[in-house]
Amino acid sequence: MSPVSDRALFDALLRLADSPLVLAQRLGAWVGKGPILEEDLALTNVGLDLLGQARLWFAYAGEVEARYAGEGRDEDQLAYLRDGNAFRNLLLVEQPNGNFADTMARQFLFDAWHELALSELARSRDARIAEIAAKSAKEVAYHVERSADWVIRLGDGTPESHAKMQAAIEALWMYTGEMFVAGANESSLAEAGIVADVRALATPWRKHVGAVLAEATLAVPADVHMQNGGKEGVHTEHLGYVLAEMQFLQRAYPNALW
Amino acid sequence: MSSEWPLWEIFIRSQHGLAHKHVGSLHAADPAMAIKNARDVYTRRNEGVSIWAVRSSDIAASSPGDKEALFEPANSKVYRHPTFFPMPDEVKHL
Repeated sequence: MSPVSDRALFDALLRLADSPLVLAQRLGAWVGKGPILEEDLALTNVGLDLLGQARLWFAYAGEVEARYAGEGRDEDQLAYLRDGNAFRNLLLVEQPNGNFADTMARQFLFDAWHELALSELARSRDARIAEIAAKSAKEVAYHVERSADWVIRLGDGTPESHAKMQAAIEALWMYTGEMFVAGANESSLAEAGIVADVRALATPWRKHVGAVLAEATLAVPADVHMQNGGKEGVHTEHLGYVLAEMQFLQRAYPNALW
Repeated sequence: MSSEWPLWEIFIRSQHGLAHKHVGSLHAADPAMAIKNARDVYTRRNEGVSIWAVRSSDIAASSPGDKEALFEPANSKVYRHPTFFPMPDEVKHL
């Protein structure tokens, strides 16, 4: 097995941490605004699950960073004190909440990928990665069941809910290609069996998403030009607003603690 | 048809061997959604091993106003209460 660069591993861990972190922040914005009380709780439960997962990835990333940089950042420093171009999350998760259909479409497209990625990561040769992935996979199995359920309910619901869900899927589709493109230095880690080979997830993802959309009486969008860049720190304009809100306190009052 | 989702009563069994216990109610469009919502509303602290959801309208209930007719006759029959048997401390859930 080729020696794995800790620097590349750190980047890979940030990619795993940043997507759930940013999506958790997005879901948190639904607090008190859910369509019904039950859904308000469910959305934020999912957000808290994702936040917990991000913390586990950050903790490990900090340890790996310490191995090559002498000192590693803790989870708060990684979450609150990095600028947008240092974030490695998928473009999909930073897209605005929009209406409930937009939020659930974004959730389902991500969950379906997340579930596949975690089941691969659970077999990582890196014991820590395998452990975190196995723990997260249990939560995500429920997330995807729930979000798929909403895509089907709204798609196969009233003409209005169908139109909104179809529009949401169409609008987000161009951000789905990135999930299956290996980031810089990711391929060597995948070959070493440390991280998932995301290219191999495209076929099972399309199959799963296609089946849910069919059940929801929704059309799979036509091929479009796929947006890339999130995994290298090149983001849509939305991420800056997410971070401005998420990072405000630590930026304005450095080292503030509860 | 009402535009409100129907009300469901939620029962959770906290561990094997115990009975399902009523924990509260919630709104949901159908049984599957009722179970999912119950999971999110009532089982966030690892409470249960199983969930029952029952349409509130399917429950036949006595009125609190009938309390006396239903329950008072038992008051004078002390022999119906199993209070005369010493219970070993180790026996739980009896």
